[in-house]
Amino acid sequence: MSVATAARPESTAAVWSPQWIAQRFSRVILHVAVIGLTIVWIVPTVGLLVSSFRPAVAILNTGWWTAFSPPFQFTLQNYRDMLDQSNLGTAIFNSFMVSIPSTVIPVAVAAFAAYAFAWMKFPARDWIFLAFVGLLAVPLQLTFVPVLSFFVQHGIVPDKLTEVGLPPWLGLWLAHAGYGLPFSTYLLANFFRALPSDLFESAEIDGAGTLTVFFRIILPLSVPALASLIIFQFLWVWNDVLVALIYVGGSPDVAPLTVNLADLTNSLGQNYQLLTSAAFFSMVIPIVVFLSLQRYFVRGILAGSVKG
Amino acid sequence: MDFSILLQDIPTLLVVIIGVPAVLVAYIVGGEYLIRRLPDENRPQVRPWLWVGPALVIVGGILLLPAIATVIQSVQDNHGNFVGLQNYATQLADFPSGGSWIAIRNNVLIWLIFYTLFVLAFGLALAVLFDRVGYETLVKTLIFMPMAISSVALGVIWKFMYWYQPAGASQTGTLNAFVTFFHHEPVAWLQDQWPNGIGILDNLAVVTAATWGIVGFSMVILSAALKGIPGELLEAARVDGAGELTIFRRVIFPLMMPTIVVVGTTLVIFALKIFGEVYVMTNGNYNTDVLALRMFNLLYLSHNNAAASAVAIILLIAVIPVLIFNLRQFRAVEARR
Repeated sequence: MSVATAARPESTAAVWSPQWIAQRFSRVILHVAVIGLTIVWIVPTVGLLVSSFRPAVAILNTGWWTAFSPPFQFTLQNYRDMLDQSNLGTAIFNSFMVSIPSTVIPVAVAAFAAYAFAWMKFPARDWIFLAFVGLLAVPLQLTFVPVLSFFVQHGIVPDKLTEVGLPPWLGLWLAHAGYGLPFSTYLLANFFRALPSDLFESAEIDGAGTLTVFFRIILPLSVPALASLIIFQFLWVWNDVLVALIYVGGSPDVAPLTVNLADLTNSLGQNYQLLTSAAFFSMVIPIVVFLSLQRYFVRGILAGSVKG
Repeated sequence: MDFSILLQDIPTLLVVIIGVPAVLVAYIVGGEYLIRRLPDENRPQVRPWLWVGPALVIVGGILLLPAIATVIQSVQDNHGNFVGLQNYATQLADFPSGGSWIAIRNNVLIWLIFYTLFVLAFGLALAVLFDRVGYETLVKTLIFMPMAISSVALGVIWKFMYWYQPAGASQTGTLNAFVTFFHHEPVAWLQDQWPNGIGILDNLAVVTAATWGIVGFSMVILSAALKGIPGELLEAARVDGAGELTIFRRVIFPLMMPTIVVVGTTLVIFALKIFGEVYVMTNGNYNTDVLALRMFNLLYLSHNNAAASAVAIILLIAVIPVLIFNLRQFRAVEARR
């Protein structure tokens, strides 16, 4: 028996013997358990998705599962109302304006730093890197009070920034850059370190400088790691609500989708039909990113979680 | 939607996307140019600081210095006068229901224990079960999907699951429809402070929702560890006559223990920092407050910086054991390099 098949118990019993029936039966139970659990897992999402296409009256009076029996009442009204009544259109735009720079800045800065941590010698290097690892676990709450006070004192708040012609998200970008850097640097440094050192040594013997090695050898080789990191950071920022609430929560014109959705949750109360469509609206981008780039996302999780 | 903002802000976005990396590249290239002008022996001393410089400045400015400032703020009042441990005393007054006690209890008892256990147990069970079927990739994707959505959307989805109508009314929430189908009274999952007003039930309702969102994370990592176990080992156990359950208990589980510990420590950190799910689903009402939400409310609604800082430090203290564990793990691996 080969190694590949050894992982799974193979039926060796004769057909229709009691042993064979028992094995068959346990296979059936396995499939029922797997499919059953998966269905239970997707019910909450399906329920909300179905509801978002039902008329408001139906949502308030009957469960989403009744939509599958006559009369079939489906409508796009919730999506129309949501875009008309709340400023979710602006919010989704804001989410892009928050997420893209908040991904680009830390990843770019981290790439340089990770290169130094991985392949250069300098005093206290290991201690500084250890500090970055420690900061991975430190709650962001520890920074909110002083950073917010500093931003308010120096006019790095949406209203003041707009007055002087700067993008209102500047403070949020800086905050996300800081919060994303320890993880980004850690992930990239680990990846860079795993690259074979002969590669650079032979390049350096050929007279390549530090810049050439970094831009021509390291970065091209690190595309998978960079892709994982970019997706990770983008989804993290896109889905973040806490940091956005702290730094731009008071400015609905600037706040991203999550803040808007959370506000709707608190203010709508019984007008639940708008929430159903708004919630789905907020999930479209992350789900598309996730499904199309799942491989990189999972790789990022595996690399990041194997701490130490 | 007003599209004029696009005309104004898309250029900003382009400037940031292209401009920031351009500035950084210019900084590095310019720095390297200057370094090449230095004497040979000085280059290796200067170069690393050029490369780590921006990261150190940002991390120092946004994380490290503010963390120190928070420690200082936590022993001062809101006007900058030193008050010793008074802010902490306020937060830790009137045990067991005053100050921050409810939030501390929910974080370090209910969330830390149940969330971590639920997520690990489900993640392990799903990883082991899915490993045995041919359509593993599909079911894994479906379980993993909630990882991609925000805690706010997750909260909305589950509020809908837990929706409550008084007994007799038609139940539109999935869970209460299920419960009343078996002729049980409907349950106000997110308000019911069973048992005796202690509030285990509503907390567990939020924990369950958060578990649903994160199980994909533990499943993926544990599944990778499971696939790393050599098939010969399992085959040898089978040849020796071990049943599948025995193999799981005596071979698979011990071999996966290191990974379970790593995932567990990450989950403990998640449990202690939990915010969005609680904020959206109960907003901390009915004894469901947690430290991150309490800190947010003290800062954002009460503008009480001193109290918020003290709560942030309490949260840090709760995280410190995990932090030390992580650093030790890291150093142990470094030592093996």
